[in-house]
Amino acid sequence: MSDMQDYTSRLSDPASRKFETFSYLPAMTTEQIKKQVEYIVKKGWNPAVEHTEPEYLMDNYWYMWKLPMFGETDVDRILAECEACRKANPNNHVRLVGYDNFTQSQGAAMVIFRGKTV
Amino acid sequence: MAVKTYNAGVKEYRQTYWMPEYTPLDTDILACFKIVPQAGVDREEAAAAVAAESSTGTWTTVWTDLLTDLDYYKGRAYRIEDVPGDDTAFYAFIAYPIDLFEEGSVVNVFTSLVGNVFGFKAVRSLRLEDVRFPIAYVKTCGGPPHGIQVERDMLNKYGRALLGCTIKPKLGLSAKNYGRAVYECLRGGLDLTKDDENVNSQPFMRWRQRFDFVMEAIHKAERETGERKGHYLNVTAPTPEEMYKRAEYAKEIGAPIIMHDYITGGFCANTGLANWCRDNGILLHIHRAMHAVIDRNPHHGIHFRVLAKILRLSGGDHLHSGTVVGKLEGDRASTLGWIDLMRESFIKEDRSRGIFFDQDWGSMPGVFPVASGGIHVWHMPALVNIFGDDACLQFGGGTLGHPWGNAAGAAANRVALEACTQARNEGREVEKEGKDILLAAAKHSPELKVAMETWKEIKFEFDTVDKLDVAHR
Repeated sequence: MSDMQDYTSRLSDPASRKFETFSYLPAMTTEQIKKQVEYIVKKGWNPAVEHTEPEYLMDNYWYMWKLPMFGETDVDRILAECEACRKANPNNHVRLVGYDNFTQSQGAAMVIFRGKTV
Repeated sequence: MAVKTYNAGVKEYRQTYWMPEYTPLDTDILACFKIVPQAGVDREEAAAAVAAESSTGTWTTVWTDLLTDLDYYKGRAYRIEDVPGDDTAFYAFIAYPIDLFEEGSVVNVFTSLVGNVFGFKAVRSLRLEDVRFPIAYVKTCGGPPHGIQVERDMLNKYGRALLGCTIKPKLGLSAKNYGRAVYECLRGGLDLTKDDENVNSQPFMRWRQRFDFVMEAIHKAERETGERKGHYLNVTAPTPEEMYKRAEYAKEIGAPIIMHDYITGGFCANTGLANWCRDNGILLHIHRAMHAVIDRNPHHGIHFRVLAKILRLSGGDHLHSGTVVGKLEGDRASTLGWIDLMRESFIKEDRSRGIFFDQDWGSMPGVFPVASGGIHVWHMPALVNIFGDDACLQFGGGTLGHPWGNAAGAAANRVALEACTQARNEGREVEKEGKDILLAAAKHSPELKVAMETWKEIKFEFDTVDKLDVAHR
């Protein structure tokens, strides 16, 4: 039993909160984020950025950072918007979304900057 | 209209039902049967006999035939093909006019197509390989209560496959201990857990207590992780009245998803429950117990791709599809074929995947294929590659059998799924580089590391019994 590890998730520990896709992996590096943006662009999806205070992370509607970037394929410009959203909302979770208008769904959605969990 | 006179007696089927010159209508229901005729019965006669016995025919002429226009209502055998690699059997293609069937009733369709004809003496064995449902008929069916896109929105899961687990041991746990197993799985990172199909309402655990304890597990795991969770509460019951009673209670306590066994429970009950789920905003997971009795024998029964189509029409948001990689039956191309039939809106004829007809579903929602049975973390790269995002991957033993327990097992699977998905998005060849991807992910996840050591690279390589019909066999 000594080499068995406890699973430390707790109601009382804000660090236990997850935020869906990729939240069980380490926070992404800039290079990794860029590759996910490239994937969204390659798929022909519309990139969008949204954010929320971590205490409201289960809400369906987070705050949109401007409008979705319809037709935007310049990876650096998309990354710049992600960065701008984070700078303006440093304590918030920032999520990158790829809207797929064919399926009327989100082909991708991932928190790329992790806020201060509460 | 030509006047016919009544001649009592037995006519050859081919005189009426073999019509090689017939061009099927867009509104016809088309079926492909694999037939092994009795000795001495030629192909055309056997095909015509199947067309007759699955539509308007009886073994002898009756005078009341002349009170209607049987030439309008009859099934028509319009084509015969060799079965590649099998001289004993042939394919017969039969067209049925749409008016033979009650609207929105898979029950009625099956009662004709796979009814008395399967016991018919002129054929030694018979298998329904595929059915083309015309869009005109599809539009009369309710279909999945919600479908893939709506379920994603309800559960807030995007850009990856859903992750689940069937609670084990399948029988014998008390409701409170069962809820514990659910809670541990969900807090560890699974999206969904599942009642085993055998779990209905036995003396060791009645349904009501199970529902109560499971809901507490869901609520606590949601508060703890900040993610939406669910558990397929099995409402399969001895009677429809009892089934609806359980479904109503699941709704009352806020369960997001319930479950039904559509073959043992029956197509009538399933279609009714699917309608109820649509009306009440509850997702519906469908299990397929008994399917292998019907679909495993390559010469007799109904191919699973037909059972899958029937379910999509009857209604269900999830359906077990086989895993390709696990311990259960199914060859890869064929499985990919029926997975497409579950979730795409238009599927082209493609014999290399066992698809005999174009199938147009129009706007009918898609069904999540569920890969479940005998799979563990080492299978994850293949599963992500084969199924893509629109699937539910369920690891039973592969979650609960983790040396540190369910939560650790769940976390291991979640990390593996996300690592493979991230790598795929980065353009890496996930199946080829699977080992490297998992090893790298395990550096940050002791749970995954231990899971990988526990199962090592186990593979299940039993040959499949029901293969596609190909010439080189």
